[in-house]
Amino acid sequence: MSLAMSDLTLALPELFLAGAAMLLLMLGVFRKEDSARVVLVLALLVLTVTLVLAYGVTPKTGRATSFGGLFLVDDFTRFAKVLVLVATAFTLAISRTWMEKEEIARFEYPVLVLFATLGMLMMISANDLMALYLGLETQSLALYVMAAYHRDNARSTESGLKYFVLGALASGLLLYGASLVYGFVGATNFETIAKALASHHAPQGLIIGLAFLVAGLAFKVAAVPFHMWTPDVYEGAPTPVTAFFAIGPKIAAFALLVRVLTGPFGPMVEAWQQLVVFLAAASMIVGAFAAIGQTNIKRLMAYSSIGHAGYALVGLAVGNREGISGLLLYLAIYLAMNLGTFGIILAMRVKGRAVEGISDLAGLARTSPMMALMLAVFMFSMAGIPPLAGFFGKLYVFLAAVNAGHIILALIGVLSSAVAAYYYLRIVKVMYFDEPAEALDRPIGPTLAVVLAGSLVFIVFFFLVPSPLVGGAEHAASVLFH
Amino acid sequence: MMMVLAVFLPLIGAAVAGFFGRFLGDKGAQFVTCAAMGLSAVLAIPVFVDVALQHHAQTVTLFTWIDSGDLMVKWALKFDTLTAVMVLTVSLVSFMVHVYSVGYMHHDPSIPRFMAYLSLFTFFMLMLVTSDNLVQLFFGWEGVGVASYLLIGFWYERPSANAAAIKAFLVNRVGDFGFALGIFGVYVLFGTVHLDTIFAAAAGKANATLLFLGWELPAMTTLCLLLFIGAMGKSAQLGLHTWLPDAMEGPTPVSALIHAATMVTAGVFMVARLSPLFEQSETALMVVTIVGATTALFAATVGCVQNDIKRVIAYSTCSQLGYMFFACGVSAYSAGIFHLMTHAFFKALLFLGAGSVIHAMSDEQDIRRMGGIWKHVKVTWILMWIGNLALAGVPFFAGYFSKDLILEAAYGANSLVGQYSFWVGSLVAFLTAFYSWRLLILTFHGKPRADDHVMAHVHESPPVMIVPLIVLAIGAIFSGAVAYEMFVGHDREAFWGTAILVLKAHDSVEAAHHVPQWVKLLPVVAAVAGIVMAYIFYMLATGLPKAMATAFRPFYLFFLNKWYFDELYDFLFVRPAFWLGRGLWKGGDGAVIDGCGPDGIAAITRDVARRFGRMQTGFVYHYAFAMIVGAAVFVTWYMFNRVG
Repeated sequence: MSLAMSDLTLALPELFLAGAAMLLLMLGVFRKEDSARVVLVLALLVLTVTLVLAYGVTPKTGRATSFGGLFLVDDFTRFAKVLVLVATAFTLAISRTWMEKEEIARFEYPVLVLFATLGMLMMISANDLMALYLGLETQSLALYVMAAYHRDNARSTESGLKYFVLGALASGLLLYGASLVYGFVGATNFETIAKALASHHAPQGLIIGLAFLVAGLAFKVAAVPFHMWTPDVYEGAPTPVTAFFAIGPKIAAFALLVRVLTGPFGPMVEAWQQLVVFLAAASMIVGAFAAIGQTNIKRLMAYSSIGHAGYALVGLAVGNREGISGLLLYLAIYLAMNLGTFGIILAMRVKGRAVEGISDLAGLARTSPMMALMLAVFMFSMAGIPPLAGFFGKLYVFLAAVNAGHIILALIGVLSSAVAAYYYLRIVKVMYFDEPAEALDRPIGPTLAVVLAGSLVFIVFFFLVPSPLVGGAEHAASVLFH
Repeated sequence: MMMVLAVFLPLIGAAVAGFFGRFLGDKGAQFVTCAAMGLSAVLAIPVFVDVALQHHAQTVTLFTWIDSGDLMVKWALKFDTLTAVMVLTVSLVSFMVHVYSVGYMHHDPSIPRFMAYLSLFTFFMLMLVTSDNLVQLFFGWEGVGVASYLLIGFWYERPSANAAAIKAFLVNRVGDFGFALGIFGVYVLFGTVHLDTIFAAAAGKANATLLFLGWELPAMTTLCLLLFIGAMGKSAQLGLHTWLPDAMEGPTPVSALIHAATMVTAGVFMVARLSPLFEQSETALMVVTIVGATTALFAATVGCVQNDIKRVIAYSTCSQLGYMFFACGVSAYSAGIFHLMTHAFFKALLFLGAGSVIHAMSDEQDIRRMGGIWKHVKVTWILMWIGNLALAGVPFFAGYFSKDLILEAAYGANSLVGQYSFWVGSLVAFLTAFYSWRLLILTFHGKPRADDHVMAHVHESPPVMIVPLIVLAIGAIFSGAVAYEMFVGHDREAFWGTAILVLKAHDSVEAAHHVPQWVKLLPVVAAVAGIVMAYIFYMLATGLPKAMATAFRPFYLFFLNKWYFDELYDFLFVRPAFWLGRGLWKGGDGAVIDGCGPDGIAAITRDVARRFGRMQTGFVYHYAFAMIVGAAVFVTWYMFNRVG
């Protein structure tokens, strides 16, 4: 295996990110005081540069591999990487105030975010089962630590431990699946597997391997029944970490799942489609129903993210270009909605103390009308009320499902989003019609305000100029089916 | 222009008082409505002179309402003698009631609403009587129904008032259904709803038939009976009368205006207006006669034993309407309208007088707890005497002329039903005089039976209530004598012109003038006998009523319970309807639709949510177990579903 210069160019964003992360780690270690803020600002800078690089690296043929076929770059990876980097940068940016107020702002956090991001980028570009695992674990190890980041807090450490144990189990399932695949095909490279499956009849053992592989990856996107960690971890982890978990890693895991199922296992679409249909339906239903009884907004958002994973999986279950492009669009819109909602949750403080109860939002419309209005818009969008962006996200995936004949799945989706509308709208009701609880602290800080306003503008006005995003998603999806 | 104003001024008054009553205040609303109504009444006089006395019948077309295929309906005001009489009566009585209401309702918290309703009612009533086609007539017909409903239920905090309002509305619905069918039938038969066109064609259709579900029905009889069902509902004739006594839940001025003087007479007006149709069907006329006479008897017997001052007068109204109908039934339409007019005066007078008594007695309505108050309310007492004299048909009061003529015409009709109605009518004249004097004596004479507290407060009503009474009393005394020659005397043919059609063979009014002397005297004798008997019963031998009631207990109970009509209807219609409604509501809507629909789904959702919540135990090994099970299910699935 020889390392050519072109190999390095393709992996430039990842290389830069890895180097910069280690530099920042050094900086944090050797700079005594005030390192947290400097490292955070620099980390944001690093993410921005990485974003530019990731967007800028375009292989001449539209698709190129390096490191001996382990690493892949095409327009799908570009799209996913941009989403992940945007999500990471914004969630990191809005974490600062909260961390400082909770007095846990330390330089390790931005560094961990960078390493997790590195893992995500590697996941997205993985073109081999080994590369896949490498990326996944790089990301996961950072995430385990982040969940337990508030180490003096019992709930935070508990959530970190739970995530770690269950994550290890999921990794085990994944590895077992990968080894079965290797055993029956004799290769770990995606293209080789695809070629082998296209020409030969798939043996039973391979299908079992695939099932384990899907189970391991389903854990990462928090699809039912591999979702159980989500509510506990989302609730226990520090809120900025929860916000981070809910968006970036999810997008990366989806990108990986899409890549694995449409790439190496593309010829076996009938086989995995059944699993994904089940995952999608179960996730939508559980996400809709289980959230109804929740009183903690972070826990509610955990179920909400399970439900959204279900809707996105509908796009994957369809398994064609239209479905995948719907999924990508869904992820982009999901990013904006969750960023906004977690922005509000981060701003929920009463007399300097962070609060997480839905009842703490009571009467928000009277105490801070602007915040209530924004959260109401986010909730309406999550519930899928037109003309907000959330509606179009659902529209495209359901449309793809209907066009491909998955009527039942689309029906489950529509009905479960009707059920889910209940708990989204309940938050609106609490804010607008309940007797005011204690007012939330103000001001919320400029960073948060800007991010909130940005999300709001995106969600409200998406329907006016949907073409750039829709076109990008379609293009990205098209490269998977050539 | 005058005619249009006379009709539309009340509407303007109602709109102003209704929509801007809050800004105008009580006084302003009273002024606006009374002024509009007063002006309307004043305008009605030259209209009457022009149309009825100088015979300038005319139709004022306002604009087209419906123009759809063959159906052409215009808003138009038809003024002939019949209309002019009605407009004059309605607007005059209505104006008096408006003024009276200023005094009577002065304690009420929602005066503008009341005045607006009164004026709105008057507008609809005028619309009804001036209509030149059946559809507009129906508009006015339903409009007065709405106003009646609103006014009966005016004190909407009272459950009894609401119940009475709903009852009035529903019972009228039965009648209106017949009326509507009648209008449809007329359109089928004549191809138009325009009255003059229909009348011109009526004679030619006397033997026409209507085909209905394979039945060949005599067209004229069918149509007239259907239309008469409408009239029965509105005019509270036997069978559809049950709403009228209950309607006394409304404020007393309402009872006087709507449920005595005007709206309830709309049925009589309708039959008279449609006389060219009714004249073509002997059967229909016979039915009208029998229903009218029987109603008169029924209501009079019930009126003799009621104890609520307003209910006695209400049954009296019902009874008098019966007179008007059998007058129409024997083709003495002019006599019916004559009685309608005189009755409007003396019955409004009686109701308003009763209102004055109730006012004086601190809202007491039971005549058993009155008595001996004549010294304290002398004016009211005299006015009530005048009203009752007119009602009983004592000579030279208004009622004497009209009622006598009706009975004479019934006799003169020289038919079996005519004889029936004559004898029944004479008996009713006796009963009328009896219950009138029973009412008078129990209310005003004898020893006071109210407690001292009430008696100490007995007082005469203010002038604003008394003056309208005096005006009505003048009408009750003189209207009969003054109008006799015009309405039913020698001038009648010139007076009515083409407004009423009576076939030569049916001219019972002419025959009425040639009946034997004893027929002319009988009603008066009956009335005097009734008065004397009431005097004996309630002044001289006060134990007698109780003895009679015990001796003829079944009859007494039968009359006291209003011939058990309410109980019968309750059993036949109300209970089954409630039963059905409740069944559909609880069983159909509640259990099935709500249970399987919104409530059921919500309950399932809650339940499912709770189950899902319970699954989230917080134990890592549970979570891990779920994952393993999930993976196992995946694998097992492929064991049994071989793919690829």
